[in-house]
Amino acid sequence: MDFSAGWQGSGEERSGDARPHLVVIGNGMAGCRAVEEVLKRDPHRYRITIFGAEPRVNYDRIMLSPVLAGEKSFDEIVLNDRAWYAANNISLVAGDPVAAIDRSRRVVTSASGRSVAYDKLIIATGSDPIMIPIPGRDLPGVVSFRDLDDVEAMVRAAQAGGDAVVIGGGLLGLEAAHGLTLRGMKVTVLHLMPTLMERQLDEAAAWLLKTALEGRGQTIFTGADTAEILGDGKVEGVRLKDGREIPATLVVMAVGIRPNIRLAAAAGLAVGRGIHVDDAMVTSDADILAVGECAEHDGACCGLVAPIWEMCRALADTLTTGAGTYRPTATATKLKVSGIDVYSAGDFSGGDGAEDIVLRDAARGVYKRIVVRDARIVGTVLYGDTADGSWYFDLLKKGEDVSPLRATLIHGPVAAGAGGGDPHARLAALPAEAEICGCNGVSKGAVVAAVEGGACTLDAVRGCSKASASCGSCTSLVEGLLALTLGDAYAGERGEKPMCKCTSFTHDDVRREIIAQSLRAIPEVMQKLHWSTPDGCSSCRPALNYYLLCAWPGEYQDDQQSRFVNERMHANIQKDGTYSVVPRMWGGITNPRELRAIADVVEKYNAPLVKVTGGQRLDIFGIRKEDLPAVWADLNAAGMVSGHAYGKSLRTVKTCVGSDWCRFGTQDSTGLGVKIERMTWGSWMPHKFKIAVSGCPRNCAEATIKDFGVVCVDSGYELHIGGNGGIKVRATDFLCRVATEAEAMDHCAAFIQLYREEARYLERTAPWIERVGLAYLQSRLVDDEDGRRALTERFHVSQRFCQTDPWAERAAGAHHEQHAPLGELRPAPQILEPAE
Amino acid sequence: MITGDWLDVGYLAEIPLRGARTISVPGGDDIAVFRTGSDQVYALVNRCPHGRGPLSEGIVHGSSVTCPLHNWVISLASGEAQGQDKGCTPTIPVKVSGGRVLILRSAIVALAPVARAA
Repeated sequence: MDFSAGWQGSGEERSGDARPHLVVIGNGMAGCRAVEEVLKRDPHRYRITIFGAEPRVNYDRIMLSPVLAGEKSFDEIVLNDRAWYAANNISLVAGDPVAAIDRSRRVVTSASGRSVAYDKLIIATGSDPIMIPIPGRDLPGVVSFRDLDDVEAMVRAAQAGGDAVVIGGGLLGLEAAHGLTLRGMKVTVLHLMPTLMERQLDEAAAWLLKTALEGRGQTIFTGADTAEILGDGKVEGVRLKDGREIPATLVVMAVGIRPNIRLAAAAGLAVGRGIHVDDAMVTSDADILAVGECAEHDGACCGLVAPIWEMCRALADTLTTGAGTYRPTATATKLKVSGIDVYSAGDFSGGDGAEDIVLRDAARGVYKRIVVRDARIVGTVLYGDTADGSWYFDLLKKGEDVSPLRATLIHGPVAAGAGGGDPHARLAALPAEAEICGCNGVSKGAVVAAVEGGACTLDAVRGCSKASASCGSCTSLVEGLLALTLGDAYAGERGEKPMCKCTSFTHDDVRREIIAQSLRAIPEVMQKLHWSTPDGCSSCRPALNYYLLCAWPGEYQDDQQSRFVNERMHANIQKDGTYSVVPRMWGGITNPRELRAIADVVEKYNAPLVKVTGGQRLDIFGIRKEDLPAVWADLNAAGMVSGHAYGKSLRTVKTCVGSDWCRFGTQDSTGLGVKIERMTWGSWMPHKFKIAVSGCPRNCAEATIKDFGVVCVDSGYELHIGGNGGIKVRATDFLCRVATEAEAMDHCAAFIQLYREEARYLERTAPWIERVGLAYLQSRLVDDEDGRRALTERFHVSQRFCQTDPWAERAAGAHHEQHAPLGELRPAPQILEPAE
Repeated sequence: MITGDWLDVGYLAEIPLRGARTISVPGGDDIAVFRTGSDQVYALVNRCPHGRGPLSEGIVHGSSVTCPLHNWVISLASGEAQGQDKGCTPTIPVKVSGGRVLILRSAIVALAPVARAA
């Protein structure tokens, strides 16, 4: 179907044609569609010539992906074949692109030197792929994904075998990666942004897509900044700025497109990012119009088909009946990659007054999010099930008030039609055989029967019918049935509160499911457990981060943005926004070198206050966040590390001087305190954790109001747990007595690990023990020796990954962005007015 | 439609997702530039209306930030305190162009006391 360069049909043949000459630069989708629209309105008004840079007829560029994937042939994606050009008397100049526009003479000149006069000119030059300016981009084997030549180059590379790297994880890049995967290549996608397709998908959907694509064999690196393309004479690989190298015989650059405005700019038309057009699609020259990806209307360029078709209609109106009017409308993106349906439309960025309705169906791999503002849908993201996309899009475009549909909106048009607004009415209307709990196959009738049989709480229903006993996503339905069946007799309160407003799961539910379903990342937890917000809140995010850190030591990647400020900054924020810094002093023991370093820091950084803390440490106040890394470097130089006075973690081990000095001392309490602190520092816990070791029952280290306290006695060590000297003073419970330091340390490690694994986030040991009971802890830590040893072992495993000084990492430059401002405004130089 | 001159303050990529960076303003409060999980950018005076807490250090969720000092939740779009709390932090028009973050110069001038030579 390819055409050789040159005239197809002859302009000279129609030299006697007196009709105005319409010349179109660009034989692509927009140019041809514009011509079709003109012909539809008035088939005889213009004599038409189309110039195209590619030596072929007009084809559907969107369908290049199926061609690459081998699902379609070129012939199948041709939009206008030769017969169409002939039937409409259109002269096609294929393979001889226009090189210049002479507006004063109203003539265009092609690359081969042919000049054609126009009365009206349409510029539809589309866009060019952006080739990022990195070394090696001109090597053979580096292609873009824009036209059939690119596809053919990729198909040849795939046939030769080898690995491919696709730079760009947007729509085009992912389609290229999919096609190449199907053609047998091992594909790595490099995406600069932290999530795939960030312009179309929110983080949750992007995470699902990434996981699914990885499941299909692709390697995906997000946050990957390409430094150069490697190779000598041909592509051999790609090197990232972080030093990683990925071998490849083919590199596809699909990082974006740039409107092709060269001709228009050279001709002196008004251009910005694209060619400026008004609502009538007319450029700054009344006889020249522009349409498609090269046009910029009201500050925006677009690359999606629907608005471009709208542009073509407006342009055709202008050229036939008078001024057309183009009004950009909301656009929807529907994508299918590797059989994964993704749909996004409108504005899903949230913002003020926007409410999110989120449905996550983990079993079906579905994520649906509707953004509603002022009772109207403003955006939607659908993943896995896009069947209702057009319904939402329709509501969005019409700006319809969705209040009456609100309760069932997320379930789509069927639910809206079937149930009306009231969810209770919907529930009441369900037949007895309707399934309520999909996990355990429990019908509405079975739940109602359980309630009528005496199960009048959620737990009782779970116990006897198994409804809502697995994934929990039907909990609200079961509660609804309890309310319907019992009426006012239903108390409605669940014994345990959900973690936060983002979920109906309790802390314990979430922890259990993280292990049971092997959930490894925050977005994964939110998806599998049906979170109702896109990225959680400031309550659940730190909790999830901790639960994952605890469940998967050494593997889970800590999320800095889910940390409270103190843990993110490794210092304690004060009311004026400065920080206080507490270096670790093992067991509360210090020396001249450390004291000098602290004194030097206080003077060097003008710290207004140094204070001895209740935990036997020195606290340096008033340090600016910009100065923290330098302060830490100075303290590190004297051998001191982070004191974690800021963390939900081990704070301090407080000691008395013990048998070395004290006339009453029974054991080396300072020595044991230092050993315990060396063992436990750096561990993350549900809440802060304080330890003390007293050398005798006089208990000068106040061990009986600590989370874990050791009181030395002649015969050994008494171990105490669950004390608190805070808001509500609680003396410790006595756990047991052991004979040796080693046993004391093992029990300490086991107790901390049990607390780490079973307490809820932000639950101190005191309320935890009151909740679960001392007997339970004794059964785990004293009676069950094997169990205790396993806990101790797990604690040590976890500690292997925790005992890196965060201050040293920051002082060496890690997370530099947390400490430095993005920039600084300086007053403009004063301009002195000359005196009159 | 906002018109006026825009001040380029840096790369969007330098602001962590669900995080913020600050811009120092001599003689005035810092400006905090936020980037949400869905990659929206907002600029506010870096000061909670409640206790002047540095909002830039809070946890960003949806299009809100929770103040690190006392957990007030502030809308990034309007600067208004959410829920039962009452108060508002000034916002500064911001936009992203070509991967660069731009803030409206006149809005900053209105915020910052003018430094005058004695």
